[in-house]
Amino acid sequence: MKIAVCIKRVPDSETRVKIASDGRSLDEAGVKFILNPYDEFAVEEALRRKEKAGAGEVVIVSLGPAAAQETIRTALAMGADRGVLLQTDRIPADGLEVAKALAAELKDGGYDLILFGKMAIDDYNHQVGPMVAELLDLPCVTAIAHLDLTGDKKGGTAEREIEGGVEVVEFPLPAVLTADKGLNEPRYPALKGIMAAKKKPLDVKPASLGAGGLELVAMVPPPERKGGKIVGEGPAAVPELIRLLREEAKVL
Amino acid sequence: MSRFHGVDFYDVDSLLSEEERAVRDTVREWVDDNVTPVIGEHYLEGKFPKHLVPQMAELGLFGANLPEAYGCAGLNNVAYGLIMQELERGDSGVRSFASVQGGLVMYPIHAFGSEDQKQQWLPRMASGQVIGCFGLTEPDYGSNPGAMTTTARETRDGWVLRGAKMWITNGSTAQAAIIWAKTGDLGDADSIRGFIVPTDAKGFSAKDQKGKLSLRASDTSELVLEDVCVPKEALLPKSGGLKSPLMCLTQARYGIAWGAVGAAMACYDEAVSYAKTRVMFDKPIGGFQLQQARLADMLTEITKAQLLCLQLGRLKDQGKATPQQVSLAKRNNVSIATDVARETRRLLGANGILAEYQAMRHLANLESVYTYEGTHDIHTLILGQEITGLNAFN
Ligand SMILES: Cc1cc2nc3c(=O)[nH]c(=O)nc-3n(C[C@H](O)[C@H](O)[C@H](O)COP(=O)(O)OP(=O)(O)OC[C@H]3O[C@@H](n4cnc5c(N)ncnc54)[C@H](O)[C@@H]3O)c2cc1C
Repeated sequence: MKIAVCIKRVPDSETRVKIASDGRSLDEAGVKFILNPYDEFAVEEALRRKEKAGAGEVVIVSLGPAAAQETIRTALAMGADRGVLLQTDRIPADGLEVAKALAAELKDGGYDLILFGKMAIDDYNHQVGPMVAELLDLPCVTAIAHLDLTGDKKGGTAEREIEGGVEVVEFPLPAVLTADKGLNEPRYPALKGIMAAKKKPLDVKPASLGAGGLELVAMVPPPERKGGKIVGEGPAAVPELIRLLREEAKVL
Repeated sequence: MSRFHGVDFYDVDSLLSEEERAVRDTVREWVDDNVTPVIGEHYLEGKFPKHLVPQMAELGLFGANLPEAYGCAGLNNVAYGLIMQELERGDSGVRSFASVQGGLVMYPIHAFGSEDQKQQWLPRMASGQVIGCFGLTEPDYGSNPGAMTTTARETRDGWVLRGAKMWITNGSTAQAAIIWAKTGDLGDADSIRGFIVPTDAKGFSAKDQKGKLSLRASDTSELVLEDVCVPKEALLPKSGGLKSPLMCLTQARYGIAWGAVGAAMACYDEAVSYAKTRVMFDKPIGGFQLQQARLADMLTEITKAQLLCLQLGRLKDQGKATPQQVSLAKRNNVSIATDVARETRRLLGANGILAEYQAMRHLANLESVYTYEGTHDIHTLILGQEITGLNAFN
C-alpha cells in the first residue's frame, strides 16, 4: 500500500489570533501552529492501513512555509515514512492553486490512496481534497467516518455521516478520501518516534503556484459579543422573555 | 476539553529545540486526555491510576534519557525534564512513579549493572512489563541512610538479605526492588551495595502505608526482607558505597526540580482563570491588588524556576552539572511550588479545598516532595557545605 497524506500547518484553534497590520493575514507572533486536526485522522488512517497490510509507504505532503517542516515531522513522529514540503511563503487564498501544486506532486507517485482531512480549521474551505481528485481524475469520497478496503487492493467502501443517517459509498482504487472526525483515534507520537523523525527523509522544494482567481481583500474579527441579560426569574419572567425573543431578538 | 498551555513569560520555549518542544507537547496532551480527567477521583480513593502504566510505556516515558539500545527513548536531559514537568502538572504521584522507574531503578541498573543485567531488565522496564522500586530509606534512618542496618551476607551461591525498608514508592506494585544493603560492618557505609531483588522471592514482603494525606495517588510501602536469598547475579557489580544510591538520588532529584515547576504551573493556571472569573464585590477578584500581588509573585517564581531547570539541564547534557547544583534546584523549585500551590488554594476561597480543583491536591503532594529525595533542610546543608567547606550534618 502506498499512501500519500496531504497535511496543513494551521494555527491552534485555542490560540487567540490577531490580524496583522496589513489587514489581510494573521499576526503569527506568539501563535502556536499545529497539524490540522482533520489531517491527523488522515495520517492515523494511513498508518493503520500500512500496518494492516504489513508493507507499504506513507508519504506526507504539505504546501506551506518553511516552518511546515515541523508539522511534517509531527506526522513522521507518528510513524509516516517520509515527507515532501512544497515551500511557499504564503499559502494562496485560492484552493485551486494549492490543489494544482499538490496534484502535480502526487501525479506520478504511484499512490493507491491519497488522504486529506475534510477541511483545514483555519479557512474552513473543504476544497483541496476533491479538487486534487478532479485534477488527477480519481474517484473521491469526502468526510469519511469509516473505511473498509478490500483485501486485493482494488477498492473499498467508505461511510459518511450525513443528516439523519449514514451514506455508504463504494469506490475503486486509487482514490482520494477526506477524513472526518470519528474515523479513528489518532495516536500520540511516541518519544522514540519524535527522535526517529529527525532522521527520516524530508524533501523540500519550491511550490510552483499560479496567481489564482481569488484575492483575499481583508480579514475582520467578528464583532464583540455584547453581554447577555437576565430578564427575571421563575415563571413570572416568561412573558417578558417571550416578548423580548419576539420583538428584540426576532427569533420567534 | 480545554488544553493546558502552560505559562512562558520569558519565552523559554525559544530556548528549546523542536524535538524538546515536541516531546513536551506530546506528554502535555497525554496528561490532558488521560491524567487530568481521572486524577481527582484516584486521589480521593487513595489509588495509583495503574491503568496508565501501559500507555506511559508506549509513549516511552520510562527511563527516557537512557539509550535506545535498551529499549529507551534516548532523549537528552532537557527533554527528560520536560516530561517530568508535564507529568507532575498532572499529579506528583504520576511523576513519582516515572521518577522511581526511570531515575531510581533503571538508572542504577544502567550505571552499576553488568551488560547481562542491563539486557535482562532495562527493555522490560522501559516497556512497563516490569515495575521497579528503590529501597534505601529505613524506619530508623531517613536523612542519614549511611547508618542503615539492612545487611547482605555472601554465601556459597549468592547473598542473603535481611532488614526493613520504609516509605518505598511502588513497593507493593513492583516486580523488582533495588535494595541497598551493607555487605560489611554496620559502621561501614563504604560497604553499601545495590541488589536487584525479585519481589516474589521467599522472605520478601511489602505492605502499603495507610492513612497518607499526601501523594495519595501513589503507592508507598514498607518492605520487609527476612533472609531473602538471591543469586550472585543479583548484585549490581559496579555499585560501591553510599555514593552509589546518592548518584541515583541526584538523577531523580533532577527530575523533581522540573516536576515541581509543572505542579506550580498547573496551580498558577488555575489561579489566573479563577481570579478572572470569580466576581466578589461586583468585580473579578483578579481586579483587586491583593490577588494581583499573589499572581505576580507566582509568575515571578515560576519564571525563575523554569530558567533554573533549563540551564541545569543544559549543564547536565554537557556532563557538567554538579550534585550541589541539583540540590539548589530541587530545594528552590519544590519550595516555591509549594508556595504557589498554597497561595492558589487560598485565592480559590472555599472551592480551593475541593478535589475538583487542583491546588490543594498539589499542595498536599508537594509536602511529600519537600521531604523525599533529601528534605529541604538536607539540601540546605549540602549547599552550606558547598559554600563553606564545613560539614553541618553531624
Ligand atoms: C511519599 C514518600 C515516598 C517516598 N519514597 C521513597 C522511596 O521510593 N525510596 C526510599 O528509599 N525512600 C522514600 N521516601 C523516604 C524519604 O526519602 C525520607 O522520608 C526522607 O529521606 C526523610 O527521612 P525521614 O522521613 O526519616 O525524616 P528524618 O530524617 O527523620 O527527618 C526529620 C526532620 O529532621 C530534619 N533533619 C534530619 N537531619 C537533619 C540534620 N542533620 N540537620 C538538620 N535537620 C535535620 C529533616 O529535614 C526533617 O525535617 C519517601 C518518602 C515519602 C514521604
